[in-house]
Amino acid sequence: MVKRVTPGSKLLEGCLRAFWVGGVICMLGQGIADLGYQYLALNSTEAGAFASMALIFITALLTGVGIFDRIAKYAGAGTVVPITGFANAMVSPAMEYRPEGWVLGTGAKLFTIAGPVLVYGITASVLVGLFYSFFGG
Amino acid sequence: MIFTYLKVFLCGGLLCALGELVILKTRLTPARILVAYITAGVILSALGLYGPFVQFAQAGATVPLTGFGHLLAQGAISAVQEKGWIGAFTGGVTAAAAGIAAAVFFGFFTAVLFRPKAKP
Repeated sequence: MVKRVTPGSKLLEGCLRAFWVGGVICMLGQGIADLGYQYLALNSTEAGAFASMALIFITALLTGVGIFDRIAKYAGAGTVVPITGFANAMVSPAMEYRPEGWVLGTGAKLFTIAGPVLVYGITASVLVGLFYSFFGG
Repeated sequence: MIFTYLKVFLCGGLLCALGELVILKTRLTPARILVAYITAGVILSALGLYGPFVQFAQAGATVPLTGFGHLLAQGAISAVQEKGWIGAFTGGVTAAAAGIAAAVFFGFFTAVLFRPKAKP
């Protein structure tokens, strides 16, 4: 069956896919954090970190076995915007550029996309901290 | 409990749908989306807007990359409160350390253990 897709409905479909997959990933994170809080005696900050680490681990594993790419192709921003997108952006080039060597292949390419993310995130946070120490408090 | 998970789903989903809308409308690459989200998270957090959103949406606000930015900004601010200006440099990365270290560690070992699959 051939379905005629207008630009408008393509936009809507893409957003709906991103919406439900992204929402499910966030619920998964909430579930992991709740488990850590209740059964591993983590405080709420640690539980959040635990959830991030678990989602990163799951993403790395699914990227390794080739399943993550298929989910990402379907969900678009639904897997990019959550922490899974950050994790996938590190794992994927690190695997792909391994033939170029452990240092300049895997080691360097881990940061192809994570590098800019950390550069802008950390720079902005330092500016916020400095601004706060001069004008805030 | 169920209500919490509903809020998580709706808020997290909306942030992702917004990202998809921006990608489709402006053809921004995912890398730029990630940079935009983390920077927006830092700024919204510093303005005091993201904290209440985290209270409301929990993982729906912390799992998207804006939440990572929020972590960086709040880490920097609370370290400044504790230690003065030097906290601006120590606080952010300290707060985000678990995520950064986990991504490096698991990313590296995945690259050691797995070969890339042929592109579908």
